[in-house]
Amino acid sequence: MTTDPSAQSLVNATAGEATGSPGSSGRDAGASIWRVAARRLRRNPGAVLGGVIVLVFVLVALLAPVLAAYGPEALPGRTEIRPTYIPGPSAEYPLGLDRYGGDLLSKLIWGARASLLIGVLSTLLGLLGGALLGLLAGAFGGWVDSATMRLVDLMLSVPSLLLAVSIAAVIGQSSTAVIIAIGVVQVPIFARLLRGTMLSQRGQDYVLAARSLGLSRRTVTMSHVLPNSLGPVIVQATLMLATAVIEAAALSFLGLGGGSPTTPEWGRMLTAAQNELEVAARLALLPGACIAVTALGFTLFGEALREALDPKTRKR
Amino acid sequence: MQRLALLVPTLLGLSVLLFLWVRALPGGPATALLGERATPDAVERINALYGFDRPLVEQYLTWLGQLLQGNFGTSTRTGRPVLDEFLVRFPATIELTLLALVIAVGVGIPLGYLAARHQGRALDHTTVGASLLGVTIPVFFLAFLLKYLFAVQLGWFPSAGRQDPAMIATHPTGFYVVDGLLTREWDAAWDAVAHLILPAVALGSIPLAIITRITRASVIEVQNADYVRTARAKGLRPPRLRRRVVLRNAMLPVSTTIGLQVGLLLSGAVLTETVFAFNGIGSFLANAVFNLDYAVLQGFILFIAVVYAVVNLAVDVSYGLIDPRMRVR
Repeated sequence: MTTDPSAQSLVNATAGEATGSPGSSGRDAGASIWRVAARRLRRNPGAVLGGVIVLVFVLVALLAPVLAAYGPEALPGRTEIRPTYIPGPSAEYPLGLDRYGGDLLSKLIWGARASLLIGVLSTLLGLLGGALLGLLAGAFGGWVDSATMRLVDLMLSVPSLLLAVSIAAVIGQSSTAVIIAIGVVQVPIFARLLRGTMLSQRGQDYVLAARSLGLSRRTVTMSHVLPNSLGPVIVQATLMLATAVIEAAALSFLGLGGGSPTTPEWGRMLTAAQNELEVAARLALLPGACIAVTALGFTLFGEALREALDPKTRKR
Repeated sequence: MQRLALLVPTLLGLSVLLFLWVRALPGGPATALLGERATPDAVERINALYGFDRPLVEQYLTWLGQLLQGNFGTSTRTGRPVLDEFLVRFPATIELTLLALVIAVGVGIPLGYLAARHQGRALDHTTVGASLLGVTIPVFFLAFLLKYLFAVQLGWFPSAGRQDPAMIATHPTGFYVVDGLLTREWDAAWDAVAHLILPAVALGSIPLAIITRITRASVIEVQNADYVRTARAKGLRPPRLRRRVVLRNAMLPVSTTIGLQVGLLLSGAVLTETVFAFNGIGSFLANAVFNLDYAVLQGFILFIAVVYAVVNLAVDVSYGLIDPRMRVR
């Protein structure tokens, strides 16, 4: 949960683009840096790998009803389960059955949907909340800024997982609770990042130029400063998706995710498999691997994006 | 000093948030204690007994006053003072997180340094790849894997607890490893260490990955700095140059990072301790969440925030020792 160290250089990059043509809007300057970034991403094997992983999981999540042979809560092999024996892979069940007689492959596919949905929704929530706070602080300054930042400091003074656990405990055990908890934990991180980049943008020459051309403070903030501050935020959001998927699994591992033991969600499946290590280790290994690979995909892509947007490594 | 003064309002603010947060828990403490079918009468008695029926401000001030006297309330589940519950378990978590940190620092810094020295070669790529994996594998999953492989399959290490229950050992300090050494019960000390290794490796994995990456990046940056070139031009021999100039300067960002890891370690302890049934504050906190044990939740989170804040303050102050340019005024 560290703040983005390359944020500063990124800001300078976007600002550099903008100062080159002070008359053009921030959006145009944004487009060019994003085009450059897209080209650099395509050449980076890490970015391609990360992108492919993310794409595959997103497709699996979207197409779950088509891909999965059984429904999310179906227990087709209920009668084949014995206390000391859980049938392994077969023609009918490619990855074998789980403790309750569910088809493991189907449950992993449905799990992709649940886990990605929780990750994306919570990150969106954190992004929106953080953007709102950061924008307030960055745009108004003064006491609004100090008040907001004190709140942010407070939230950051508790380790993130503990904060999420506390919030989820208040709301009650459900996947909504997990989404809100993880989203709220991300709010201070996004708020601080956006405020920081906006503050350093405000001191740039192009802002002065826009102001002296007679543009209102609101127009300058919304259509110049904000677009130019988005780069680091988007990078952070991509990396946060990885954290969100992991933390969602952690919360449901701690029993805060709600649902029943047969709910197809990776963290939940991993928890249920806890006592089956000696009977069928794959029940723990496969959902765990899914979580790790998804997180890896987002991390690879996020870091490549950060590199692509970083002027220090550009044109090499 | 200024930093220290800033700590007070932060902790006060946190105490208000924590207090309000616990009041927002569903069901309320009496219901949590007595169960869903508690009679209104019994609920009222419990509320009166613990003071849950007083006005909020009064409850907060009472609570704060008690905190300042070292009274963190009583666990509604065990009926024992929160401070006692904490002190009994804290040594376990300290032992665990310290060993995890030692592993992370002891392996991470040399590994990151070696990777930087061999930048672009196989060793570097392997290290970068492995550290990426280290960040993306969930702690509790890694804990599972280690437990399955080394405890269940190979039987090299115990799979749960702090010490073999059959072991008769005395515990003057509560730090089992230290106790074993103090009382010269070598087998007890070794048994405690064996119980620590797997959870510590799991817990240390993320800090290890992060420290390795930061060290690598920092060494690479310092290697190319002007003052290193100057020092080399002045005839400083490479081994001395590496030790005195490169490593020393490269350690600055690394030491900041180490401070930040403490929060991660304390969070991770909740998960790792749960997987390994390790009786520290992490697993106790996880249980308190289910039992809606208000006092324990409040107290423990406040404790952890204080520990976290103090460690980060110590790191800030230690900059001055490593880098005279950054003396805290």
